[in-house]
Amino acid sequence: MADVVVEQGRLSRAASPRKRASLRNAMGRKSTVAFFLTLPLILLIALLVLYPAFYSVYLATLNKAMTKFVGLSNFTFLFKRETFWMVVRQSCIFAITAVVFKALIGFIVAHFVHNIPGKKQRKWRGMLLVPWVIPPAMSTLAWLWLFDPSYSAFNYTLSFFGIGPIPWLGDTFWARFSVILVNVWYGAPFFLIMYLAALKSVPDQLYEAAAIDGANWWQKIWHITLPMMRNIIAITTLFSLIVTFANFDIVRILTSGGPLDRTHLFATWAFQVGIQSSDIPLGACVSLFMVPILAVAAVFILRDVNKRGNEA
Amino acid sequence: MSTLAIDKAGPTRKVKLRSMSRDRTWALRWSYFFLVLFAIFFLIPPIYMLITSLKSSAEISAATNPWWVFHPTLSNYVELLTSNQFLRFFWNSSMISIVVVIVTMLISIPAAFALARMKFWGSATLATGVFLTYLIPDSLLFIPLFKMLAVVQDITGITLLNRWYVLVFIYPTLTVPFCTWIMIGYFASIPKELDEAALIDGASWLQTLTRIFIPVALPGLIAATIFAFTVSWAQFLYPLVFTTSIDQLVLPVGITTTLIKGDVFNWGQIMTGALLGAAPPLVIYAFLMDYYIAGLTAGATKG
Repeated sequence: MADVVVEQGRLSRAASPRKRASLRNAMGRKSTVAFFLTLPLILLIALLVLYPAFYSVYLATLNKAMTKFVGLSNFTFLFKRETFWMVVRQSCIFAITAVVFKALIGFIVAHFVHNIPGKKQRKWRGMLLVPWVIPPAMSTLAWLWLFDPSYSAFNYTLSFFGIGPIPWLGDTFWARFSVILVNVWYGAPFFLIMYLAALKSVPDQLYEAAAIDGANWWQKIWHITLPMMRNIIAITTLFSLIVTFANFDIVRILTSGGPLDRTHLFATWAFQVGIQSSDIPLGACVSLFMVPILAVAAVFILRDVNKRGNEA
Repeated sequence: MSTLAIDKAGPTRKVKLRSMSRDRTWALRWSYFFLVLFAIFFLIPPIYMLITSLKSSAEISAATNPWWVFHPTLSNYVELLTSNQFLRFFWNSSMISIVVVIVTMLISIPAAFALARMKFWGSATLATGVFLTYLIPDSLLFIPLFKMLAVVQDITGITLLNRWYVLVFIYPTLTVPFCTWIMIGYFASIPKELDEAALIDGASWLQTLTRIFIPVALPGLIAATIFAFTVSWAQFLYPLVFTTSIDQLVLPVGITTTLIKGDVFNWGQIMTGALLGAAPPLVIYAFLMDYYIAGLTAGATKG
């Protein structure tokens, strides 16, 4: 676009000074138009994303009644609480375990789907993406019912194999397991789709050349598939890390943080502290602890996305 | 997977070829086997929703085989679809989602056009900023937003908390950044010759956008629309925090809070409600799967 304008500029410069003035108007109009086109976006981001983000920092420095500035004492208060450190550990365990399993399952299933020829592949892909399409609040209700203490359909099935009733949501280990399982179930299809798209972009000739050189399946994956998919894997994993780390719906519906706060994540604990116990400053404080990890992930994503943009 | 290995022991070319094709058949069989296993894992919850929704309360509490319906009944569906409360949730969700889609498109299409085609001061920074905004999760902003709404409500006297329409202003923070981002990608892929031709013919910027960019980038527009709709339909945290009265709730919050009465879970109705709540995104997905997937992968592949 700019090229055209510049060319027009060259033409008009040759023509007359009056036309140059009108050109300047046109340039002015262009940036004015651009300004008005982006104004709603800028306003939205400034008022409802950036402002609340900074407001949250301000809130975190107030006392519970929000009448007095208390500096960092909310933070020091959190550091002394055992629950806080438990939430930190649980959030990390939850996010890392869930993302690793999502990535693994996505990678493996993507290969299986990729093996299926033509039209059937579309059908399988459509079926396997269903967990991602259902609103997580709805599907988690189904899981809650599957995990029900007295009517659990899983325990019913397992009883035929002589495996005793498992307290899916009642016991610390099993509650954490269940929460991660549901998150993996919900997120793996996203990885599957991304990896499948990446697999399709790897040229077949590379594999043929490797086969001629006598490479086995592991060597093909290690030396061809993974390097070719590196960027997509990085972006998808980091993105999923952010979303999983900030997860709210699944834990809230499945356990509400129980048993004994053993499954709380930053988001659910911030909700309990800030909204349910109406200690807004402390809640804001809790959720602010997500920022460092999100920021690191975001920086790496941005680097990879930009790199990708330059390659293309 | 190991069957993918090529038989290196094959002494002659002929044998090697045959073993390769045999390997492929086996790889295919194993693929199908594992795909069936994963499909079962992925589809158990929705199928179990359907099974339970067809059961009466008596059959559920009788604890018969949970995977089978012995006396199928539609009573749960009839009850929910005639309950004013449930229809109210459905109506609230639909209204919010449709308005949010329109607002999102009105904000993100012009902005994406400006960012993709009109180089102006700070346009690259703004594009990056839009992408970063997309990475800010709702669980970081719900507490300050809640407090902000309370403060604005106190100052202006306009009721904002506990009103469904306030969600129409909040949800675009989740939808606009991603939609703008993928629309920038789609707009940038349109050949420059097209809008140069339009400009030479004397079209204004706005005409270039409405006559050329929107029709040409229609697939991207559909993908963005689907994204905006599914995100606003599924949003759970903001409505849970900002709305409490039963007549202001949206579907996900309404089902989780009202169908659970005390400690009594009416599972037949909860599953029916969850299935009906999952239906609109599923129907859209069934009909527009390719656009849905295009939107999903566009974020990372269209840098």
